[in-house]
Amino acid sequence: MALTKADFSEKLFDELGLNKREAKDLVELFFEEIKESLERGEEVKLSGFGKFELRDKTSRPGRNPKTGEEVAITARRVVTFRSGQKLKARVEAYAGVQ
Amino acid sequence: MTKSELIEVLAKQQPHLALKDVEQVVKCILEQMSQSLASGDRIEIRGFGSFSLHYRPPRMGRNPKTGGSVALSSKHVPHFKPGKELRERVDESREKYPITE
Repeated sequence: MALTKADFSEKLFDELGLNKREAKDLVELFFEEIKESLERGEEVKLSGFGKFELRDKTSRPGRNPKTGEEVAITARRVVTFRSGQKLKARVEAYAGVQ
Repeated sequence: MTKSELIEVLAKQQPHLALKDVEQVVKCILEQMSQSLASGDRIEIRGFGSFSLHYRPPRMGRNPKTGGSVALSSKHVPHFKPGKELRERVDESREKYPITE
């Protein structure tokens, strides 16, 4: 089962004793602040977890995969995530079936 | 923005909570995310994005020091796919702000 925002608030309620309202607000704010930082062009580095990086891409020719028609892919800014050493090591150990 | 800067920003917006409590909150969320991925579970945050694992098949690698080849076993790596809202917000502001650390 995928982890969602509700699971985070639940945990904050269970483990840190925050009330449900506070827990929900903090989870919202947590992701909102990361979004705002990236929106301002500022990369976000969360040590032990990973780094949200930004990249400016120039326009390039592409194709509509359905029709095969050539269309220009416009210049854009994209977010990429690079996991930190610690997270990488923890995930590498996972051997199960996705 | 770093983790400690994020903690400070959140604390400013939740003045009834001590900085130490907000620090616990941030650590708790990140730990839960790491744990989820470490056990092979996806994370889905509406408007932000989703995290999943990508499989990497076994391959022959090289020891950069000796040049000898080493067998590397298969593994999983974390993958993040930005959500629609994050993608749009970041792209819309690209002419306004240069990319900074």
